[in-house]
Amino acid sequence: MSRIGVFICHCGENIGRTVDCARVAKSLSELPGVVHSIDYKYMCSDPGQALIKQAIREKQLDGVVVGACSPHMHEKTFRKAAATAGLNPFLCEMANLREHCSWIHEDRDRATDKAVDLGRFIVEKIKYNRPLSTIQIPVERRALVIGGGIAGIQAALDIADGGREVILVEKDPSIGGHMSQLSETFPTLDCSQCILTPRMVEVAQHPRIKLLAYSEVDSVEGYIGNFQVRIRRKARSVDETKCNGCGECQKCCPNKKIPSEFEEGLGMRTAIYVPFPQAVPNIPVIDRANCAFFKARAKRVKKAVCGKCAEVCGRQAVNFDQQDEFITEKVGAIVAATGYQLYSIGKKQDSKNLRGYGEYGYGEIPDVIDGLQFERLASASGPTGGKILRPSDQKEPKTIVFLQCIGSRDRAKGIEYCSKICCMYVAKHTMLYHHKVHGGKAVVFYMDIRAGGKGYDEFVRRAIEESHALYLRGRVSRITRNGETIRVQGVDTLSGEPVSIDADMVVLATAIRPQPGVEALAQKLSVSYDQHGFLNEAHPKLRPVETNTAGVFIAGACQSPRDIPDSVAMASATASKVLGLFSKELLEREPLIARVDGLTCTGCFHCERVCPYGAVERKQVKDRKGRLLKIIAEVNQGVCQGCGTCQATCPSKSVDLDGFTDEQIYAAVNAL
Amino acid sequence: MSTTHPSHAPSGESISFQIQDATGLDPAKCYQCGKCTAGCPMASEMDLKTHEIIRLLQLDVRERLLKAESIWMCLTCETCTARCPNAFDPAAAIDALREIAIKEFPNIVPKNIAAFHTAFLNQIRTHGRVFEFGLVASYKLRSGALLADVDSVPGMLARGKLSLTPKRIQGIREIQTIFDGCTTRKSR
Amino acid sequence: MKLGYFPGCSLHATAREYEESLSVVLPALDIKLEEVQDWACCGATSAHATSHTLSVALPARTLMQAEKQNLAQIFAPCAACYNRLAAAQYALAHDERISSQVESLLGHSFEHPIKILSIAQLLNGLTEEIRKSAKNPLKGVKVACYYGCLLVRPPEICKFDDPEAPSSLENIVNATGATPVQWDMALECCGGGFSLSRTASVVRLSRAILRSARGAGAQALAVACPMCHSNLDFRQRAINRLGADGAPMPILFISQLVGLSLGLNSVQLGLDRHFVNPQPFLERINATSLLQPEHREQA
Repeated sequence: MSRIGVFICHCGENIGRTVDCARVAKSLSELPGVVHSIDYKYMCSDPGQALIKQAIREKQLDGVVVGACSPHMHEKTFRKAAATAGLNPFLCEMANLREHCSWIHEDRDRATDKAVDLGRFIVEKIKYNRPLSTIQIPVERRALVIGGGIAGIQAALDIADGGREVILVEKDPSIGGHMSQLSETFPTLDCSQCILTPRMVEVAQHPRIKLLAYSEVDSVEGYIGNFQVRIRRKARSVDETKCNGCGECQKCCPNKKIPSEFEEGLGMRTAIYVPFPQAVPNIPVIDRANCAFFKARAKRVKKAVCGKCAEVCGRQAVNFDQQDEFITEKVGAIVAATGYQLYSIGKKQDSKNLRGYGEYGYGEIPDVIDGLQFERLASASGPTGGKILRPSDQKEPKTIVFLQCIGSRDRAKGIEYCSKICCMYVAKHTMLYHHKVHGGKAVVFYMDIRAGGKGYDEFVRRAIEESHALYLRGRVSRITRNGETIRVQGVDTLSGEPVSIDADMVVLATAIRPQPGVEALAQKLSVSYDQHGFLNEAHPKLRPVETNTAGVFIAGACQSPRDIPDSVAMASATASKVLGLFSKELLEREPLIARVDGLTCTGCFHCERVCPYGAVERKQVKDRKGRLLKIIAEVNQGVCQGCGTCQATCPSKSVDLDGFTDEQIYAAVNAL
Repeated sequence: MSTTHPSHAPSGESISFQIQDATGLDPAKCYQCGKCTAGCPMASEMDLKTHEIIRLLQLDVRERLLKAESIWMCLTCETCTARCPNAFDPAAAIDALREIAIKEFPNIVPKNIAAFHTAFLNQIRTHGRVFEFGLVASYKLRSGALLADVDSVPGMLARGKLSLTPKRIQGIREIQTIFDGCTTRKSR
Repeated sequence: MKLGYFPGCSLHATAREYEESLSVVLPALDIKLEEVQDWACCGATSAHATSHTLSVALPARTLMQAEKQNLAQIFAPCAACYNRLAAAQYALAHDERISSQVESLLGHSFEHPIKILSIAQLLNGLTEEIRKSAKNPLKGVKVACYYGCLLVRPPEICKFDDPEAPSSLENIVNATGATPVQWDMALECCGGGFSLSRTASVVRLSRAILRSARGAGAQALAVACPMCHSNLDFRQRAINRLGADGAPMPILFISQLVGLSLGLNSVQLGLDRHFVNPQPFLERINATSLLQPEHREQA
């Protein structure tokens, strides 16, 4: 006969006000098998838990039912209490009298009746509970970081400094991300590359970081602690082991007119190129689509065309026959830090939900540029050597108009959110312009100023009070070409005056969006994303760096628009989660998973077909002579999530879910 | 997207509610960015600019809105509507304001504009179509702008652009039913 | 292809030449029109400036007539009529309250939506035919395409072309052999219905349009709306009184331009009815020279 203890919690007024807890305890005490039944104000408190432990010891309880809040809240608490008193934790269950009863009903009598039912439901179930032990899975204590921007770099360094190996995968030829393109950073006006490149070098030289640049994640299999990741190492056409970064190949390349991605189209690069001088790794890549050699080869021209870089290379590092290579790495945790891209000012958008700004010329008006392009102009290593010059005629602009909220906060164009960083970087731009062009006039059209960080509002005030940027509150209706200048038709809503300005240059502060292709990556990682493509955190308040897939973490702008300090903080947070995960050799999992009875399983594999997680494996059953008797199903304890679909599907009832066996469920249902 | 009209009326006469009820538009959608005013061709002639009109709607400042001359300056060029980031429809809101203003403050309507609309609508009510010579004549009598454009009449006639005889459509009764069913100003 | 036709009030009076040009151009492009019987005014600006119900009910009556005639499409050459008909269609489809009000006023319940076509939509779909049938391609002339307010705005109602960077009129002009100029006032309002009641505003706005077209090197302006035509053509004298901004700018309906490229007679196209004499433009394109207005039969 069972010896079950029932503990009904008042939860202060939460349950006690609507449910007569004393009556519930009394009714349940009358059930066969219940030897102890009390009610108490706060079961989760220390004295409350002490009551459970005491009862287990004194009355030799073999089952504990706590009628209280949701198991999501305190199942762990009570199971731990039971375990310390010597009772297997899986012989302790909760009946939800709060979210399922007192919080949703008003009639005290009927709510109490329902509470009794809920209690009885669990009491009958627990009679069929069996003691279970947590499952131990080995953990591969290496991490994968996807994305080599500032967030990825920070995460990789923190994990590596914490003693664990990291593989850092970056799709571009060099790490550094957008931060490497910036001239100065707010609010300190530090030179961006000066603070970034030491970190980049540290990554390259760190003994525990394996840097795979110019590579992409091809597929991900497995589960927390045990991921197998297939990585595509794209062909640079240059042998990394031989190249010493001398740069001779770039000097001799005849095609020097390819718009540079790093320079945001304002400067040119060669077909064999390194994106910027401080690139890490400093190994060039051949852009096969624009390389004469490869274009000729694609057209099957028999005679070899160009190939000068191979001739010039003193180390014979150029390899035109290099192919993409695939490698597989085993890791225990994955950090996604893929960063952002800017909303396009052109007509074509890469999403059907986005519309471009025809009223701002669809990007066709000369000298209308976006924020990253302005950064390249301002950057000392940029295409103009740090001088602010008009791309059209290289003249110095005397008036620059900055437009905030381009794409952002614009329902009609498809993006409702605020991109967070634009108010700050526009203020920064006005200050840089003020320093570089004396007498230059900066005008900013804004809707609001979002400067909530440390020193941020003071920074914007400096732009207004010291650099004398003119801040006009209003959106611009239209910009048109007006001969050599650009006519900007806006308004200052604070005074009610329409404003028309003839500008030499217009900078559009465009919205922050996730990187292209992030949705495909998210699907590989089984991570969910929102309608804009931003990866979803597990809980917006309390679990900002985890995802709903155990073992996969997110950092930086891939989750939502974010500045550098927040991206770094988030990256360090993911590192701490990863190191916490790796702090033990074995990972404990709850044993509430499916189990196949090998004796009755017929090997029909319906369960394998319906399992959403791919947790069913095939096992061979052999006789003593090694002859194959049958192939049956077996559940992978590391992957199974305990959804129960197989249990419901199995025609021979060979699959049961520990903790929710058929017996337990029938007993509970029949009790109602 | 279908038009949703508010389901309950607040106490008192809220102009904001009246406009919501008439158009299905919620003034709360406007975040006062001013893009409408920035592109409005009549902004330089308007006392209350477009975004200010919507602001007063948000603040429920009834009389000032209904007596404003600016709402009659609107050309319904739809530029504001096409450019509003929140897909609000200032032009429709201003149309609705005019409809209420005519009923409550008919004498506020700028004389010429009132004269024109009345003359135009009378033409439709009488003939079913606008007979332009009659329109101009009626307008001149109402507005008192007797001599304006008089010198173009010969040019118009010579180019065959003014027909002197009106035609009435057969279904004129249907038109009159429509007019009677709508609350418009009665023709005088 | 048979098409329902809603001329609108001005096409029989101040914009006669628009209808005249259509009556010769469309048959040349194999388009037959069936006029909506006993149509009434769409209400234009005055209806929707004063009564929402009236502004939907009046054009809805036309839609009702068209339905009775089994017309699936209506072509409305006047941009304002086009916009009012399309707006009424939209209101009937999306606003239950106005829809039931109007249906009860008309005593008719609408079965299915009728497609409303503007001149831009119609001719934009015929650019191949225009190109093939061009007997006198308008080589070497520069034309500014003026859309005005109501041809492509608001986008939810017109659902045609790009409301900020439209190209349908340019396509048509290209098909005639002429060169469309790039200019920035294609969508700016000409002053619309304020021609009589606030002429000064019209003069200000239309003047800016003409200046911009001249600055872009245009030799003529192509329009698609009788109101715009009137403000830019009839009022050009008043505009010029403010200051001579340059040579007079002929204002042509897009159908007239197409007609010229098809080699049709300029009087048949109604080109002698304009206030700004298009003769210099016609000489550029070797069109039949203009007859004096007195030689035209009085209608």
